[in-house]
Amino acid sequence: MTAQTAQQGDLVTVIGLEVHVQLETDTKIFCGCSTEPSDEPNDNVCPVCLGLPGALPVLNEGAVEAAVKIGKAIDADIPEETRFHRKNYYYPDLPKNFQITQYDEPICQDGTLEIAVEGERRTVAIERAHLEEDPGSLQHVGGGGGIDSAEYTLVDYNRAGTPLMEIVTAPDFRSPSEVRAFLAELEEVLEYLGVFDAERDGSLRIDANLSIIPEAEIDGDDTDEIGMDALEAANRTEVKNISSHKGAEKALAYEETRQKNAIQRGRAVEQETRHWDESRGITVSMRSKEEEKDYRYFEEADLPPLRVSGWKDEIAIPELPAARRERFQAEYGLSEEAASKLTSTKQVADFYEDVAGEFDPDLAATWVADNLLGELNYRDIEITEIEGRLEEIKRLVELVADDEITAKNARETVLRSMLDDGRMPDEVVKEDGLGKTGEDEVEQAVVEAIDENPDAVGDYENGDDGAINFLVGQVMQKTGGSADPGDVNQLLRRELEG
Amino acid sequence: MSDDAVSPEEVRHVADLARVDLDDDEVDRFTEQFADILEYFETLDEVPEVDRETDLTNVMRPDEERPSLESEAALGNAPETEDGYFKGPNVS
Ligand SMILES: [Zn+2]
Repeated sequence: MTAQTAQQGDLVTVIGLEVHVQLETDTKIFCGCSTEPSDEPNDNVCPVCLGLPGALPVLNEGAVEAAVKIGKAIDADIPEETRFHRKNYYYPDLPKNFQITQYDEPICQDGTLEIAVEGERRTVAIERAHLEEDPGSLQHVGGGGGIDSAEYTLVDYNRAGTPLMEIVTAPDFRSPSEVRAFLAELEEVLEYLGVFDAERDGSLRIDANLSIIPEAEIDGDDTDEIGMDALEAANRTEVKNISSHKGAEKALAYEETRQKNAIQRGRAVEQETRHWDESRGITVSMRSKEEEKDYRYFEEADLPPLRVSGWKDEIAIPELPAARRERFQAEYGLSEEAASKLTSTKQVADFYEDVAGEFDPDLAATWVADNLLGELNYRDIEITEIEGRLEEIKRLVELVADDEITAKNARETVLRSMLDDGRMPDEVVKEDGLGKTGEDEVEQAVVEAIDENPDAVGDYENGDDGAINFLVGQVMQKTGGSADPGDVNQLLRRELEG
Repeated sequence: MSDDAVSPEEVRHVADLARVDLDDDEVDRFTEQFADILEYFETLDEVPEVDRETDLTNVMRPDEERPSLESEAALGNAPETEDGYFKGPNVS
């Protein structure tokens, strides 16, 4: 077997990512316009984000704080000094004909994020993360709506100037599923930090570089070390327009297969930019006029340099999902699976700790991870949407913990009715007669039944044993059917004969 | 003016990036003009070097909303608009 055929047989996929995340600030990165989506186009715009002559950008402190939080979370260096640059290109979504971004002095450098892929821990290197502004949005109108065939373009600058963080990873991924795991973990971390909202339209955008290289180029077991020559030699495609972690897995699986097919048929893979067409589930070649040098990056003289490395000590970040998962296992004795579910969002984890602090941690885990999340998931509701009702859910757990209601009734009747009809737990228990009846209450009902039914009592005393059944029925009615008929029978007999 | 300051190819490339169509005459004319403009920058070499007055750093504003422009004002300078949008030619 020649070296060449061996190489062709053993191909490895190498993927690197550029992830753009929208930072959750109230205002844009360089002006005081709101970042809230508007129904009207060009509603949240001003001379700065419209790029009118003479307007000067002033940096939003909130965006810098968010960037520092991200830097801390990915354990990145925040250099002593960092600055902004202009990236020049002409496109109508860019009112100034340049985008303010950070070129060779980004605010975060050399970070890492740990992920679990199929139970195995992997560390992904993050080369850099920098602040930049979002362009506006374009609508291509007429001629079928395609970019090339459109008759004209409508431009809305509401998005222009929205703060973004671009997070650039090393080419550390070996499969689309690893990419998906990374993006899911990254989203979780960003949401824990409170700097990102996954529900917001367009809040996550991913460009991915994918190339296929011979496995022989990877050094031994350490899959992080790829011969850089091999990576340079292999043509890569940049896949753009990916907007979710699920979309990323699909887009990259498609692209991986497309490149492998080309190589197996002896065709060259073009070095190009490709556009992920979500609705068709394919990537398509996309013309790109600019090469790196055409962007003519230069310093943004309107923005003085930033010196914020000290902020790392001043700004606190919450416990992150990975650390919290481990602590939940150690502190509450949870399984890894339960701990993962319970730390999936900060709100879920906070609620679990709230419940576990008052009741049995296992009971709390069942209630939050299985019952509550299960029912919410079934209804496609996020925990954040019922934040105001978490005290009621806690009350329901208390009813179970105090043995006032069966776990089955609590889950199948009370919880569902709370979610579907907006009822309160005690109200459902009372109105639907779900309370477990206490002994005192049964005894009370027995006494009452005897007092109220002298005829039946007389029949029983005269030897009509069947009369006891009538009295049992009366007691059952009084206790809403929650007493045990056998117990009631015995109690009645004891009372009548005693 | 040095002849190799700007080449016609560079002018075509820049025009292409700017999505501007130039015919051959215009390319010639802009080649000359680009060279002239670049020459003006040489004048800057005669300006004496001065230090910046202060080393500004960390100029920031709080994350607080300020009023935006009224839609009419925002679109006021646009040659063409439609339903509150800026309207322009097809781009690819
Ligand atoms: Zn603005």
